[in-house]
Amino acid sequence: MVTLAATSPPANPPATPDAVRALLEAVTDPEIPVLTIGDLGILRDVQVDDAGGVTVVITPTYTGCPAMSAIDLAIRERLLAAGCETVRVKTVLSPAWTTDWMSAEGRRKLEAYGIAPPAEGAGEGRGALFAADPTVRCPHCGSEETEKVSEFGSTACKALYRCRACAEPFDYFKCI
Amino acid sequence: MSETDLMDKPEAANAPALDAKTQAAFVDYLLHLGDNGLILGQRLGEWCGHGPVLEEDIAMTNIALDLIGQARMLLTRAGEVEGAGRDEDALAYGRDARAFRNLLLVEQPNGDFAATMVRQFLFSAWCYELFRRLTASTDPGLAAIAAKAVKEAAYHRRHSGEWLIRLGDGTAESKRRAQDALDDLWIFTDEMFEAQPGDAALAAAGLIPEPESLRPDWEAMVERVLTEATLTRPDPGFRREGGRTGRHSEYLGHMLSELQFLQRAYPGARW
Repeated sequence: MVTLAATSPPANPPATPDAVRALLEAVTDPEIPVLTIGDLGILRDVQVDDAGGVTVVITPTYTGCPAMSAIDLAIRERLLAAGCETVRVKTVLSPAWTTDWMSAEGRRKLEAYGIAPPAEGAGEGRGALFAADPTVRCPHCGSEETEKVSEFGSTACKALYRCRACAEPFDYFKCI
Repeated sequence: MSETDLMDKPEAANAPALDAKTQAAFVDYLLHLGDNGLILGQRLGEWCGHGPVLEEDIAMTNIALDLIGQARMLLTRAGEVEGAGRDEDALAYGRDARAFRNLLLVEQPNGDFAATMVRQFLFSAWCYELFRRLTASTDPGLAAIAAKAVKEAAYHRRHSGEWLIRLGDGTAESKRRAQDALDDLWIFTDEMFEAQPGDAALAAAGLIPEPESLRPDWEAMVERVLTEATLTRPDPGFRREGGRTGRHSEYLGHMLSELQFLQRAYPGARW
């Protein structure tokens, strides 16, 4: 953990976890900039101690996700700019992140952005060999006539799909 | 690599107290898991820019990214349990081939695409079963890593398993290549189930499953895929092992010379 201190804090740093969470609404995933870390469900906890020190707990989506260090840095920058004197960002692994933690708002924003949100209710079969693929709706035209091109897409969390109705390719945020 | 601790310290602090001998065996086991990810991740990275199609180039490097992510956490945990001040970088870049504990399977050259997929499937089918059981490890750090890694291993197994079926049940040429790769790599599979002298104590402490206990589920999955793929299971016979005791094939040293070059030439260099 790295602790940073601001040099000249403004007058009113956030004093409650809710106030910190409100500030963190501005911190988005660098690879999916429409989603905040709250929408994604990777923001796990916020604590403010008596001295005003803030601890933010996050969890990675995938073990090798390269966005984590950028998110860590963005959290620090946001809170230090808001006047927090001490910011700690802690990464935890357990419980393991799941796409079920993505908020309804996050799912809506994802689809509007052109990425199909994770299928709901995929249960234990997710990613299993011989399990059927979920029905994925095209984020461009809404058709469910889609097909998987590749299990792996532009980032660790996405698969590549193609719509048979409108012929557009698109990313699908796959379930884990 | 990052200065941020990937392991949550309070979780690690709840780990059971181990006597010196069990602790050393556990460090060795964590290195085994971490080195598997690091070395196979490096191998898959060699495909970057050389995949048969763009989608597969991306898939193999995505899998490499997952494996290296897992390796970072596992090596970090190994360093914590060891308590000698070695971090993930010291362990990845500062050990010689004889100190690596990975399976011989993962250091084998990529060969053609079929060979890479066969190697991946044999390994990922094992990893899936292993991580699934390690989620119940009495070491909270390892259990937390396993709970993440098992989800990724499921996708790796699915990807490589589907390719094996497609290649085996494909053209005469793709079938020949898949069967040749299977015949070549099969000799390295027994090593996955081979117990080391320290494993019994680790299993008794609930830290790891008995290696042999993974075999029935692995066999069942491999059998199912080979049947779908119309591939022939190679005869058991000649077998190779030794990765877990540091007796590696010639390939590992050459890989490390590339993987470790920068830290060997400029010790302690950081981005």
